[in-house]
Amino acid sequence: MTRVRPFVVPLVLLGLLAIVPQLSLDIPVLFGGPLDSPGTLGLLALCLVFAGVALTYDLLFGYTGLLSFGHALYFALGVYLTTIALTKWEWGLAKTLLVVVGAGIVVPLVLGAISLRVGGIAFAMVTLAFAQAGQVLVQKNPDELTGGEEGLGLNFEPIPDFFVGVLNTKNLYWLALGYAAVVFLIVRWAVNSSPGHVLQAIRENERRVEVIGLQPFRFKLLAFVLASFLATIGGVVWLMVLGTGASPQVTTASFTLTLLVMVVIGGAGTRYGALLGGFLYTLADQRLGTLSGSSTIEGLPSVLETPLSEPLFILGTLFILLVFFVPGGLASLARRFRLVRP
Amino acid sequence: MSTPAPLIRVDDLHVHLGESHVLQGISFDVPEGGVTALLGRNGVGKTTTLRAMMGLVPRRGTVTLAGEETTRLQTHAIVRRGVGYVPEDRDVFAGLSVDENLRLAERGGELRYELVYELFPELKARGGQKAGTLSGGQQQMVAIARALLNDNPVLLVDEPTKGLAPLLVTEVAAALERAAELTTVLLVEQNLAVVARVAQQVVVVDGGRVVHTGSAAELLGDPDKVRSLLGVSGGGH
Amino acid sequence: MSTFVLLTVTGLGLGAMYFLIASGLSLIYGLMGVLNFAHGALLTVGAYATWWTSTKVDGGPGTKLLVGALAGLVVGAVLAALIELVLIRPLYRRPVEQVLVTVGLALALNALVEAIWGFDARPFPVPSWLIDTTSVLGASIPNDRFVEIAAAAVVLVGLNAFLRYTRYGLIIRAGVENRAMVTALGIDVRKAFTLVFAIGGSLAALAGVLSGVYYGVVDPGRGTSLLIFAFIVVVIGGFGSIGGTAVAAVAVGLIQQYANYYASSGLGDLAVVLLLAIVLLLKPEGLSPKVAH
Repeated sequence: MTRVRPFVVPLVLLGLLAIVPQLSLDIPVLFGGPLDSPGTLGLLALCLVFAGVALTYDLLFGYTGLLSFGHALYFALGVYLTTIALTKWEWGLAKTLLVVVGAGIVVPLVLGAISLRVGGIAFAMVTLAFAQAGQVLVQKNPDELTGGEEGLGLNFEPIPDFFVGVLNTKNLYWLALGYAAVVFLIVRWAVNSSPGHVLQAIRENERRVEVIGLQPFRFKLLAFVLASFLATIGGVVWLMVLGTGASPQVTTASFTLTLLVMVVIGGAGTRYGALLGGFLYTLADQRLGTLSGSSTIEGLPSVLETPLSEPLFILGTLFILLVFFVPGGLASLARRFRLVRP
Repeated sequence: MSTPAPLIRVDDLHVHLGESHVLQGISFDVPEGGVTALLGRNGVGKTTTLRAMMGLVPRRGTVTLAGEETTRLQTHAIVRRGVGYVPEDRDVFAGLSVDENLRLAERGGELRYELVYELFPELKARGGQKAGTLSGGQQQMVAIARALLNDNPVLLVDEPTKGLAPLLVTEVAAALERAAELTTVLLVEQNLAVVARVAQQVVVVDGGRVVHTGSAAELLGDPDKVRSLLGVSGGGH
Repeated sequence: MSTFVLLTVTGLGLGAMYFLIASGLSLIYGLMGVLNFAHGALLTVGAYATWWTSTKVDGGPGTKLLVGALAGLVVGAVLAALIELVLIRPLYRRPVEQVLVTVGLALALNALVEAIWGFDARPFPVPSWLIDTTSVLGASIPNDRFVEIAAAAVVLVGLNAFLRYTRYGLIIRAGVENRAMVTALGIDVRKAFTLVFAIGGSLAALAGVLSGVYYGVVDPGRGTSLLIFAFIVVVIGGFGSIGGTAVAAVAVGLIQQYANYYASSGLGDLAVVLLLAIVLLLKPEGLSPKVAH
């Protein structure tokens, strides 16, 4: 019985989320159409993807205490490598995925080994530097591969039919849900494993870990590679869900900072915090943009209407308020009101 | 005849550093005038006591300076009440010149440059030199001079002779004697010869608590007591 | 040869802008330990304040620019001081939250500017003599480069003088080394914090003005794009060191120009980024002597 208990809540949650595409439920304001409509499912899928990607960032930041400003690089790696392989090199899906998986392990292994030679702000800056290099590379558009500023459209032919087309949005939803679930399981397993405990010890006091005779470097590199790899896979899933192609937005430092914001909003280093933060931020960002055109906001005096029409302004302000008054994020709020066991 | 009120009163001071309960209810008085020495083995909490009195670490308890409670005040406010501080690591500003280090310490009112240059003529000679290029002994002089510069009723001095050559130790002891003529000094010191020379009162700390107070001469004249309280043979280095 | 001269002067001009942003960032981080992500937003706000004021002023582009720039500098300083007082100071001793607040602020401020004035670039008032070129060693150099270099040089001298000869300068220099000891001398460092933020804000605004002159337009993304390079300059030059920042800014500006032209376009940015990685891995504190915190 004790083995089953910890899994009850996530399983129930998973079950509920899995049946969403079968529900013809209308939730006004939050969604523009019933839950089983392609538009809403697509939105939910996007939210789930970012829930997962935010969690990969939390593994680095919340659990290991590594502040990286370059996480976008690995997400972009998944996005761009897949798009280029399928569109420009015209590879099959299997070969592409194999190569992406390989790159998703090798690249962070190499870059992480270099970056982790330093710590603190220096580490943050080195990760930023590498991500910037990636951004520049994409902008440069070598051999016309990346599409530069305009991005690169995805060639859908190699992708299996059940992922293509508006009617199959529910399959994409399940794909995204699957991704988020897998990331959750892996992170949960990693954190509760003995290397995971070492990671958290490193976050608290690295010196003490060294004194015990363990080498923090190896554990940090492990976390780095795992988090980056999962982000790369997230990039591939994102590509499928969005259905358009690669865009240089995903290579920017702003993108990484957005992930940071998601994690902090949800609550860094908590079980569900990052998932929640990623999900809600994406939902808010997408929906606030649509809501701003709504009559309620347009009726407001322009002093209020103008800033409120920009989702990022609202999110940024909310973020500041959160940092001030609820630094533990939404997860700490839930704890405070006893909604979740700590 | 009643004894005059102590200049400093420390009452039930508690300090936690990380997980360690470093000060576990330190209480002692410092009478006005002269030198009171704070003694104890390494690591018992002497430096932490001074830092707590300076407000440099979070503390619980009460610290009263000349009748006014300073426990709620921030460091700079405590110092402005008239406290000169000579930290254990000297903490002179390496990138600033000797003159600039002294000028930074100026707080208006009466400044004792004459006294400082009389005690440490080197500082006048090396006025333009970057403090980071000074020897350990010279840096110590800067640290002490900073505290003496203003008309402070209280000096908190933390191990001023640590790591100094014997000649410099004597110089520092002489400076402390001069200081004691003008102000009240609370001195943390491991060198018992210096303590014997300059201090009138002693407060002994062990395990985060005060275990003995009394006259300096009395304690230092009793080698057994010295050994049991301080773990060293009497007589200093 | 003439291309080389043009590249050099342009590189110095860009370096001048990087220096202006980076010096404020460097002092703020060196003294306060705050990595101010909102610095780019301060640049953008300063630039837009300048542009907006210039549209309300009558007269030739020279007058518009001057009056606008004055307004921009004031707005930059005041906004920065307000940010420090309201958002940063209450979070003293919580450095992670301080950085996070600046991230949120950057998001909100940039979004606000976009909301009010839109995505599109706005034309900056640039007097014709700045667009004209002067011939130097056979190269035709646009005059705005000289103004940028001159402005940065004036700021460099001014900042150094401020740090060397004023009481607050002394406090800042000492505080960058050892903040706690400064308070132990009876000085309330928090006033220095606000001052440093305000200086940083007006310098960022100045960089915004110059970038408006350089590019001829302002757009909401300007601050963010220049901020990355400013960070790189600060890290290479060493936190809290004005001299180091100046050297690093010149190096970054020049390398960017030379590499972009002589190697291939875009490689300059790559080269700068690689330079950062190399410097950090060899010497994590940057090129200046270690600063205690």
